[in-house]
Amino acid sequence: MALTIFALILLIGWELVRGAKPAMLKFGWHFLVSSDWDPVNDVYGALPFIFGTVVSSFLALLIAVPISIATAVYLTELAPLWLRQPLTMFIELLAAVPSVILGLWGIFVMVPFLRDHLFPWLQKSLGFLPFFQGPIYGVSMLAGGIIVAIMIIPIITSVSREILRSVPGLQREAAYALGATRWEVTRIAVLSYAKKGLFGAVILGLGRALGETMAVTMVIGNTPQIVKSLFAPGYTLASVIANEFNEATGDLYPSALFEIGLVLLGVTVLVNIFAQLLLKTFAGPSVQPQH
Amino acid sequence: MTAPNHNLRKFKNAFMQTLACVCTVLVVLPLLLVFYHLLKEGFTAINWAFFTQLPKPVGETGGGMGNAIVGTFILLAQAALIGVPVGVLGGVYLSEYGGTKLNWWIRFAADILNGVPSITWGIVVFALLVVHNVTVFGQVLIPRGFSALAGGLVLGLMMIPLVMRTTEEVLQLVPGGYREAAFALGISKWRTIVQIVLRTASKGIVTGVLLALARVAGETAPLLFTALGNRFWAHSLTEPIAAMPLQIFAYAISPYDDWHRQAWAGALVLLLLVLFLNAGVRFLTRDRFQRKG
Repeated sequence: MALTIFALILLIGWELVRGAKPAMLKFGWHFLVSSDWDPVNDVYGALPFIFGTVVSSFLALLIAVPISIATAVYLTELAPLWLRQPLTMFIELLAAVPSVILGLWGIFVMVPFLRDHLFPWLQKSLGFLPFFQGPIYGVSMLAGGIIVAIMIIPIITSVSREILRSVPGLQREAAYALGATRWEVTRIAVLSYAKKGLFGAVILGLGRALGETMAVTMVIGNTPQIVKSLFAPGYTLASVIANEFNEATGDLYPSALFEIGLVLLGVTVLVNIFAQLLLKTFAGPSVQPQH
Repeated sequence: MTAPNHNLRKFKNAFMQTLACVCTVLVVLPLLLVFYHLLKEGFTAINWAFFTQLPKPVGETGGGMGNAIVGTFILLAQAALIGVPVGVLGGVYLSEYGGTKLNWWIRFAADILNGVPSITWGIVVFALLVVHNVTVFGQVLIPRGFSALAGGLVLGLMMIPLVMRTTEEVLQLVPGGYREAAFALGISKWRTIVQIVLRTASKGIVTGVLLALARVAGETAPLLFTALGNRFWAHSLTEPIAAMPLQIFAYAISPYDDWHRQAWAGALVLLLLVLFLNAGVRFLTRDRFQRKG
């Protein structure tokens, strides 16, 4: 039964490769660097989606990493003892909220707020940067990044928290004994000791961010284009599959979507392997991602 | 004598502590906001009809998500039928049998599988069950097309690595002495496992299963191309079936206000279901198999 795991991996790989074969034969490597996505003329290139996935995940990490690690520090080093347990539980609940519900909230609450308040403000104060120029629609790359950040924060936080907890207490006491302040203890004794594990936690979050589908699809605007402005709508690998798969007719169109799935799978598997290796070498098998 | 940069250090210390505190608030805030809006928007749309009636056509107000709620439970039952036996037995193997090296690879592979995006699972099962008939000895077993079976299968497959890892973890917590005591009495290995190890760890295993169910209950992406969704009651497992996440998604991106209200209500019910499963877990893990948290 345990071997079914390997069977599943083979199954996923095999079905995707089989499905993607016509598109792979037709477009070759060009598929990955072409930005034409034209179902009418049966021409497909995945670049806008790769771009969208990379940018939205990068934005998400940019927002989520500092916040999550600071929260993990707060939970392990600073918070009063009675508060730690409930807060941890609360953050784990956030991890359990289904993506489609966050997406719903994103459409009706977050996007209007961003459109009417945050984005105009960003444009006014940082408008000299190319990222914050152009018309504001609300649904945008930045909105996608923010919603992904909300989704990966609990994961990065809870893995980071486990890692910080595994830092030996002696490590801290030694630093205190040298007269360090609390922040210095955290920085010197805890964070630098746990660097590798924290990096693993971040990469694990990246893996989730890359594959996140529903919430992103609902707020990113679903327009395959490559532009500098973060206020412009984008598209990701996962959301193009979600939106177009059922409508894809003919041979090449579904096959192109299979190939997108294959690209997505390849990238997330690589990222996850990297993350697991980092986490395993840091703390042995005891540190598990919470789901 | 105080060091010259003493004040600076103190300031830095206070500053970073405040920052960490603020970040924690930032993490907690979205969840509070989501709860708040779900309750505000969803609560008014929940009534008896919501649980018992079919969706009404566009333009008519009222109606409910009865079919989607039933559909979600049917899908979860199928997923459990696939995911629980395979996952639990796999976990038993990992914990009780197998060589160290092989098990390391299995564990590693299971962790990687947990990270596979759910939408990829969706297209894989689509390719397996939806595009062609499944035949056994020339007999059509599962006719092609979107079906509840495909939806159940995809959720079940996703559960396998989750259940396997948690089962293994709780089995490892069973003290080795229990096993040795059973062996000393001359009890065979598999009876030791079934009657001593699994029984001792049963609560923990149930916990793992509930957590996995809670996770897949909210999955939408893999159901898009397998279960597809349906506006009517489920009659057969070989037909498309409605599910709450699908319905919420369809309503959320629709242009109708009434459907938006239904989406909020559906989201509230779905979230309550997921949280209920999670709360069940916390209730079960209160005592001995508590993960040190």
